[in-house]
Order: sequence, then C-alpha cells, then structure tokens
Amino acid sequence: MTTPPDSILLVLAASLVGSLAMVLLKLGADRHREKRALLKWTMPIGGGIGLFLASSVLYVLGIREGSLTVLYPMVSLGYVWALLWSRWFFGEPFNRNKVVGLSLVVLGVFFIGFGNS
Amino acid sequence: MLESNVVTPVSATIEQLEVSNPVVRSEPRRDAQDTSLVSIALIVLSTLIGAAAQILLRFGADNLGDGGLAGILTNVSLIGGYVCLGVNTLLVVIALRGGQLSVLYPIIALTYVWVTILAPLYFHDVINPSKIAGLVLIVVGVSFIGSGSRA
Repeated sequence: MTTPPDSILLVLAASLVGSLAMVLLKLGADRHREKRALLKWTMPIGGGIGLFLASSVLYVLGIREGSLTVLYPMVSLGYVWALLWSRWFFGEPFNRNKVVGLSLVVLGVFFIGFGNS
Repeated sequence: MLESNVVTPVSATIEQLEVSNPVVRSEPRRDAQDTSLVSIALIVLSTLIGAAAQILLRFGADNLGDGGLAGILTNVSLIGGYVCLGVNTLLVVIALRGGQLSVLYPIIALTYVWVTILAPLYFHDVINPSKIAGLVLIVVGVSFIGSGSRA
C-alpha cells in the first residue's frame, strides 16, 4: 500500500503542531509560578490544548489514506521537534543521553508501527 | 561578608535560586532547570492514564453505532476516555513545572508501551516480535533520557 505525499505532509504537520502545543503547556506551567497573573498562564495552556485538538484533526485527516505502518509512528517525530524547541525557547541543553534516548524511542515507535501492519 | 550579599542579583527570587543548578555544565545554557523525580513520576503516571484514555476511547468508538448526539452523551467509555485525557493533560502541566520539556516530553512515549501491552487483553490485537522489539527500544530510550535529566 502506497502512502500519498499529502497524507505524509498532514501527519508531519500534526507532529509539528503537537510539539508546539507542548511548548505552550511548558510556557504556561512555568508562568504559573507568578501567582498574580491568571491570564498569563491560562492563555498559553488554553492555546496548548487548542493546538492538541488541531493536531489530532490533522492526524485524522492524514490517516484517511495511506499505510498506518508508516503514518502512525511519524507522530513520534514530534519528540524530535520538541528537542529543538526546548533548546531555542527554554535554553535546555542537548546532551548525549537525550539524543541517544530520543533516537531509540523514535526507532521503537517505528518498530511498533511495523508490528501493527 | 557584606560583599557577598551585594553580588546576589536583586531580581533572583527564592524559586529561581531553588531551580538553578550551581554545577557548571559543559553545554551552553541559559537557565534550564533540572528535572525533579516528582516530575518524572507524574509524567509516568500521566502515561498510564493516557493509555487508559486510549483503551476507553476505542471501546467508545466501537460502541458508537450510528449514534447521534444522544448516543455520544450516553457513551460511558467515550466520556470516561475524554475525562482521562483531561486528567492526563493536567498531570502533564503539573509535571512540566518541575522539569525540562526535552526530558519529560519523550517519556510520554511510554503510553505506546502500555497500550501495546493492554490492547491484546481487550481487543483482537496481537503482540509480535516487532512490537516487543519496539517496546524494549522505547523503555531503553526513556531510561537514557531520564538518566540525562541531570546532565
């Protein structure tokens, strides 16, 4: 079963939007320390939940056609985007354990995808 | 002795001092916090609830029939699944307060592990060597990331 490029793009977009949702949740979680400003932390968290919904819509649109074996594990690429965002937005360091661990996780999700076919 | 007080930045709050790490790291960094064990435990708990959500949502979807709004609103599994998703998100936000996104987010991949183990108990799914290899890789990968949480 061939997977159309449109499906791959939609699922990639879903993983990207999902990783940005986590960035907003992290932003809101950090701002929660500033007790006074309710809107300052509820707005990013609300935005993050909204992006999660958008991400799941993109995913559902993406998997209407094509092979789930390919598409389902592609969502795990969101972890890779998040590694970049966490460096850029939050100054979190890369280290070898994170890179090796993340590679193993993404590989593992692809194996589960093959097992589902 | 007075001088040591003078060099302390006025803007540094107690919380910032708590999360800042006095150990000098090799990587370039600005103000990333270390990841607490409580945060890691909360994220692992959230993956269990997230797995329950996926199982419940699939039960709900299987029982949806031709549905309509009444069918959705009386679908206990579906509603339970969405409640679990809500609790899951809440736990993730609480966990993110005490740790790095790049450590905590990949741990959520444990959800794949629980769902792959639980699905054959409730549905006609099977576990095969490829899935077992995937589970092992995810667990080892998450362990690496967890051990990298304290640079």
